[in-house]
Amino acid sequence: MIYREAGQFKTTYASDQAVFPIAQDRVVVGLAVVAAFVAPPLLADEYWLQAVLIPLLVYALAALGLNLLTGYAGQLSLGTGGFMAVGAYAAFKLTTAFPQLNIILVFLLSGVVAAAVGLVFGVPSLRIKGFYLAVATLAAQFFLIWLFNKVPWFVNYAASGTITAPPRSVFGVMVAGPTATSQARYVTALALVAVGAIVAKNLVRGRVGRSWMAIRDRDIAAEIIGVRPLRTKLLAFGISSFYCGVAGAELVFLYLGSAETLAFDISLSFLVLFMVIIGGLGSILGSFLGAAFIVLVPIFLTNAPHLVGLVLPVALQKEMELMVFGGLIIFFLIVEPNGLARLWQITKEKLRLWPFPH
Amino acid sequence: MRSRTVLIGMLAAALVAGPLLAAAAAQPKEMFIPLLVYRTGAYAPSGIPIANGFVDYFTLLNERDGGINGVRVVWEECETQYDTKQGVECYERLKSKNPVLVNPYSTGITYQLIPKASVDKVVVFSMGYGNTAAADGRWFPWVFSFPTTYWSQASAVIRYIGQQEGGLDKLKGKKIVHVFHNSPYGKEANTTLETLARQLGFELTLLAVDHPGQEQKSTWLQVRRINPDWVFMSGWGVMNQVAVKEAAAIGLKMDHFIGNWWSANDSDVVPAGDGAKGYKGATFHAPGTAFKVHQDIVKFVYDKGKGGGGKKEDMGTPLYNRGVVNAMLSAEAIRTAMTKYGNKALTGEQVRWGFENLNLTEPRLDQLGMKGFMHPIKVTCEDHEGNGPILVQQWDGKRWTLVSDWIAPMREVVRPKIEAAAIEEGKKLGYTERDCAKEK
Amino acid sequence: MSEIVYGVLVAPFRDMAGSPGFLAEVVIGGVFAGLLYSLVALGFVLIFKASGVFNFAQGVMVLFAALTLVGLLERGLPVVVALALTAAVMVALAFAIERIVLRPLVNQEHIILFMATIGLNFFLEGFGEMLWGANVKKLDVGIPDRSFMMGSIQVNQLELFAALTAAVLVAVLAVFFHGTRIGRALRAVADDHEAALSIGIPLKTIWVIVWSVAGIVAMVAGIMWGAKSGVQFSLSLIALKSLPVLILGGFTSVPGAIVGGLIVGVGEKLGEVYWGPLVGGAIENWFAYVVALAFLLFRPQGLFGEKIIERV
Repeated sequence: MIYREAGQFKTTYASDQAVFPIAQDRVVVGLAVVAAFVAPPLLADEYWLQAVLIPLLVYALAALGLNLLTGYAGQLSLGTGGFMAVGAYAAFKLTTAFPQLNIILVFLLSGVVAAAVGLVFGVPSLRIKGFYLAVATLAAQFFLIWLFNKVPWFVNYAASGTITAPPRSVFGVMVAGPTATSQARYVTALALVAVGAIVAKNLVRGRVGRSWMAIRDRDIAAEIIGVRPLRTKLLAFGISSFYCGVAGAELVFLYLGSAETLAFDISLSFLVLFMVIIGGLGSILGSFLGAAFIVLVPIFLTNAPHLVGLVLPVALQKEMELMVFGGLIIFFLIVEPNGLARLWQITKEKLRLWPFPH
Repeated sequence: MRSRTVLIGMLAAALVAGPLLAAAAAQPKEMFIPLLVYRTGAYAPSGIPIANGFVDYFTLLNERDGGINGVRVVWEECETQYDTKQGVECYERLKSKNPVLVNPYSTGITYQLIPKASVDKVVVFSMGYGNTAAADGRWFPWVFSFPTTYWSQASAVIRYIGQQEGGLDKLKGKKIVHVFHNSPYGKEANTTLETLARQLGFELTLLAVDHPGQEQKSTWLQVRRINPDWVFMSGWGVMNQVAVKEAAAIGLKMDHFIGNWWSANDSDVVPAGDGAKGYKGATFHAPGTAFKVHQDIVKFVYDKGKGGGGKKEDMGTPLYNRGVVNAMLSAEAIRTAMTKYGNKALTGEQVRWGFENLNLTEPRLDQLGMKGFMHPIKVTCEDHEGNGPILVQQWDGKRWTLVSDWIAPMREVVRPKIEAAAIEEGKKLGYTERDCAKEK
Repeated sequence: MSEIVYGVLVAPFRDMAGSPGFLAEVVIGGVFAGLLYSLVALGFVLIFKASGVFNFAQGVMVLFAALTLVGLLERGLPVVVALALTAAVMVALAFAIERIVLRPLVNQEHIILFMATIGLNFFLEGFGEMLWGANVKKLDVGIPDRSFMMGSIQVNQLELFAALTAAVLVAVLAVFFHGTRIGRALRAVADDHEAALSIGIPLKTIWVIVWSVAGIVAMVAGIMWGAKSGVQFSLSLIALKSLPVLILGGFTSVPGAIVGGLIVGVGEKLGEVYWGPLVGGAIENWFAYVVALAFLLFRPQGLFGEKIIERV
């Protein structure tokens, strides 16, 4: 009743092809974005911002990148952690070498560096497919981590072996470094991921995205009709690594403040992959939903016993958390294998009919 | 279909209710100390005894003395699984309870918390680990790493080896191998060892073992080929167990194999069985339960059924004792602060002063029931390390026993490096150097 | 520049030729390590061959089996009884997995099943730790761990034992897959679930059998690895090391897992000992993947894997 399209007529091709053709969608999404920019900095406390929202945004950007590669282009990749590390270390080197450079520009440049690296490691995808490719991307993961561990130039010869985000400001507001408030960092991360999502959404709706999906679904047939597999796959790797690189730089500069290579190891690659699969392969919204799931559910599980007044020993609590988390994943997949995004789509379809049954 | 609705409902609930826990603040006559522990995950064998030691000592203080000068200690454990991100989450969640100090027990988490410490006014006590450069209190007023650091440890171990060989001059031409975990933690000792190798003329070989270190055959084959006189190890987690096993398998003389203070715990030698006999380790407190403080813990904690989660028999392992020492030092620092600010629940600033002016003397250690267990420590504004000496312990198949007296580190080598590193690290964070003279 | 070329192309070989005894030790060490990786890879291959599922939880199954065995041994049971009971537990686990995870997801895409095994991984991790605790445990099934000298080469008894076990296991499995009716049924199911169902092969039974066998293989792998390093959480990380083995040998080949394991094991050790010092060491982690990757570029399905026939 509320979500009806009746009465909304399109008179131009452009309006017909809009990302949100239904007016209610546009209003709600617009309000949501504004609320996301305004509400948490004003209302949320330090814990929410620092431990929940900022990581959620950072991971969402990384999940977006991996979704482009795995969900849309069908190239399974387990090297996300490595590419994020490239972005982080590149950003560190750039900003320490050119302190006057705007940090947002530094992030984008480090994304470009990560994209270049991604292109190199994407070359095997031309010969190898499926799980074999995933394992091949692990070579990228382990090699890059080893490289950052081994070569002290990357950490500017620091004895500690870690990279630390130096104080940097944008428009006079500190966004990185120890004095940056979590509100400032939150808004920066949100802005970056919003722009990233808009760009990604348009990419996948256009020719590039369609060529990716063609390669994913039937790559030989795609090649026959003229989609060039080399360029398409490499483009996917490149753009995906760009996103992951920026996310990696955000991880260090906006979320953690400092990092050693252990922060980018294989478990991060798997974490981002879980987000993409749970959120929904091949869906922009799915990246956000998956990131939300992975970030919020463990926190919920950690705090739930307190909410009902149960005090468990920490070890038992963590173990039950793991079990419930694993069980939830399996439950999810049985109920909706296409992920949270599909659930959301079904909800919207039901809403269009509501309150009528059919 | 219904399950889908259930799922959506659950998700909405999780989204909203997740971090909604409102923590209750500690009462006025209590002080809150968060305990970042790892009782599960890959590092649990090391994390469990440390956590137990902590909890037991604080329980002892509450039960035997009614707290620290009458102020009860309240703590909450938070599981980090040694993961930096979980550590950050724990810290942020427990910050609302007004903690006065935090023991991160992980180098990665320590690095995260160092910048926040001065902003949140919480002392970061990274005892014997963390950022070695922070031992210079002029740059890092809120970070303390006494009684000693990795660089001091490396120099002290070389001094011990020198003692065993009949003098530091006898080290010329000897072969020493450093097997280390391929991470910033593992590499800590390398620069000090390289400097000493140049100064004293021994042949140093550095062998990195990649995380996690489950498979070390190639490393130990190389060790066998080098046939060193001494092997020093900076390991962590499963790397320790495998290393000890492999060393025994290649027939290394175990009494010439010294692990650092994170590589010499019961959990590291038990899997190797008899092969581990003779393995040595560095430490900065004694192992075992032959001290009055342990008897008190049995009497006031275990006999009353308030043990921290471990069994009485697990008391006395090196890492359990480490937890006890850590808790004791925290308590003594708070007590020191109380001499200036009064016997009440203190703020972070006040506790910081206490840490910086801690003077733990031999008579006081005796009072605490720790005679021979710990070395006296004096912390100053410039020196947050305490320049503490180490001990060497040896595994005889059943327990660790001390085989050396207190060995001083080579301050003249280590301190200049710490000061240089502190300037570099401090500038990176945008700090300015304090003038200790002005603050007296 | 010429130093680099010399260092990479000449010096290591001169080194090898200079001390052949040591080279033999490195190779033998590599063979044994490789066989241990193969043991874990075997579990992957079994499940992938028969159900097309890449079992992410294989590493945790190794850990779980080892934990159960040690837990039972600590309770005082004799070794043989403990082994039998652990095998029974793994069979029960297979039943449970089939009922709860596999049956509802019949004929879903492989990536969904992969994800389900990830969920299983987390679940078993927490469950195993909850049951048996997180402390490291010594595993003693009576296998001696001494080294003896064969000429001038040092050989370790435990590793020899593990190698023999792996060989026997592979032989048994090869016979099973190619010589028995059930083996044929397994291969049919691996090819196409629906087709197999339509000709009357009981999928449920097949899956339970496969996961049980994989579970027992996991138990053997757990014993060997656990005897080497104590039974603890990091056992589950070995699964990552066996992935290059799988790439090399092909995901669907039992002998491939062995050959792949040998190549990876020997290659890794040689690389670390002779080329590692050039770049500061600790290259084992990625060296194996690079070797596997190089192989893949020439044979994308692995040495022994099935050639993937693609439809346009």
